[in-house]
Amino acid sequence: MSDIATSAANDPPRRVLKQGAVVIEIRNMNKWYGDFHVLRDINLDVLKGERIVICGPSGSGKSTMIRCINRLEEHQQGSILVDGVELTHDVKNIEIIRREVGMVFQHFNLFPHLTVLENCALAPIWVRREPRHLAEERAMHYLERVKIPEQARKYPGQLSGGQQQRVAIARSLCMQPKIMLFDEPTSALDPEMIKEVLDVMVELAEEGMTMLCVTHEMGFAKTVADRVIFMDQGQIVEENEPHAFFNDPRNDRTKLFLSQILAH
Amino acid sequence: MTTFTPKPALPPPGSTHGPLAWVRANLLSSPLNIALTALALWFLWLIVPPIVDWAILSADFGGSDQSACASEGACWTFIGVRFDFFVYGFYPAEQRWRVDIAFLLLGAVLVPQFIPRFPSRNWVGLFGLTGLPLVTAVLLMGGVAGLEPVESSKWGGLMLTLVLSYVGIVAALPIGVVLALGRRSEMPIIRMICVTFIELWRGVPLISVLFMASVMLPLFLPEGVNFDKLLRALIGIIMFQSAYMAEVVRGGLQAIPRGQFEAAAALGLGYWRSMGLIVLPQALKLVIPGIVNTFIALFKDTTLVLIIGLLDILATVQASIVDPSWRNVATEGYLFAAFCFWVFCFGMSRYSQALERKLHTGHKR
Repeated sequence: MSDIATSAANDPPRRVLKQGAVVIEIRNMNKWYGDFHVLRDINLDVLKGERIVICGPSGSGKSTMIRCINRLEEHQQGSILVDGVELTHDVKNIEIIRREVGMVFQHFNLFPHLTVLENCALAPIWVRREPRHLAEERAMHYLERVKIPEQARKYPGQLSGGQQQRVAIARSLCMQPKIMLFDEPTSALDPEMIKEVLDVMVELAEEGMTMLCVTHEMGFAKTVADRVIFMDQGQIVEENEPHAFFNDPRNDRTKLFLSQILAH
Repeated sequence: MTTFTPKPALPPPGSTHGPLAWVRANLLSSPLNIALTALALWFLWLIVPPIVDWAILSADFGGSDQSACASEGACWTFIGVRFDFFVYGFYPAEQRWRVDIAFLLLGAVLVPQFIPRFPSRNWVGLFGLTGLPLVTAVLLMGGVAGLEPVESSKWGGLMLTLVLSYVGIVAALPIGVVLALGRRSEMPIIRMICVTFIELWRGVPLISVLFMASVMLPLFLPEGVNFDKLLRALIGIIMFQSAYMAEVVRGGLQAIPRGQFEAAAALGLGYWRSMGLIVLPQALKLVIPGIVNTFIALFKDTTLVLIIGLLDILATVQASIVDPSWRNVATEGYLFAAFCFWVFCFGMSRYSQALERKLHTGHKR
């Protein structure tokens, strides 16, 4: 994290995304918890294949925002379109969207009563109605991609935190989502395990997955993100491509945040 | 540069191992413990030999009436002579083979559940939960397939106890699960119905439920509409126990972290699938001790049907004790009844412990 300011010259070349292929469209979205206004007038377009990192102080609404995208939280005003489908109270639409959007949680949320393989094959079998052997074949394929095929028969409780999070990523990928949401995927991990999870996420990004990632890993933001979004008090304060975001923040609040997290 | 090599793991010191160490640590660890151990041994010496003498050494086993019980010991002759009555009640003697088949079926379903490697054990279990009650009902009631009908008022003894508790257990668990889910539902009407049901049945003593089922209900039914007393008692027991079961299951549901619901939802699983595949398997596993506790309570509560004139095993024992042709056989009779209850309750307890071990999959989350 500490060498971000000095490494501007090593930045990978910016990718040019095809304009117009918008997969997530958030317009004037507002959300309240009781009287508390958590998300204020959020507008965001995410392009196909775009990698977005969302950062901000705790309580700024960043997790809540990405949880609105697959309706784990309900927004009260404005609109959210995912892959052309609008999120409303319509259960059908919610189901369609959840099939296309994978999510990785801070605390992994693996199913402790099922083996790693069963965790991965469960949703394809029951939601996509795939035959068991196909679902398990694909599960093994993704477990190999996250480099833990040898743990397939174990239970989540027997794995380390980093391994569990990689299983969680594989579990999401087994549904072959078009978009992946990451909600602080490395915050609950020991320092030695953060890298193994980030490596998997970097690989995924390089394959062109559309990703929205709430994280405090600024190294990841700098090397992988197409765009960094900074949120505070339920609003998007500033968004920019990473080089400009880290080296030339325009808003004072962003400057303060960056100076605090990059201070040591 | 030095390489880090961990020290090898060593075996523990010998004095902390084996039966001798166990005795030293648990029975003789301090002067007070030595004194307590000696006291307990002396106490056992006072109690155990007379019991063994009464129950086995000087007990009477053979014979067919009171005259065979001349000695000081227990009169097991009484149990032997009355055994058929304790097991079948007033079920007609020439039809008792039907009850025997029902017992065999029950055994065929239950025994494999204690053998982990038994082939297709789960299917046997599924038959036990669905097919067995139906088959047994047809077998015991008769009236079809050339079987002579036997009124339920003639059922009794151990057979009646098992019918009441088995049907009660098999029906109360699923109803309890549905009620527990309903009580946690986000739909206010469903929630209200479930809360009312649970609080109503749970707030009434089982005795009054049985009384209402047998005495009051017929008063409210139109003339000519009347259904079996045993069936009414069964429904009363099921309603009563499912209210208890609902609260036990709800405890398990509340212990499942929110993240599990969210992960299931994020994968696209709907309400029923996430409950059936993710939440309930974990919740029920957590509350196995509570569920079995309720089952055991139900099993013993079935003795209350005695107050509405159904003769369960305890009632058949009591009826036989007061028979003037036998003297002083109350102890033997009650011991026998207690032993029957204990065997089944202990079996349930052991089964639940084995189930807990089998379903244990490491740490939570």
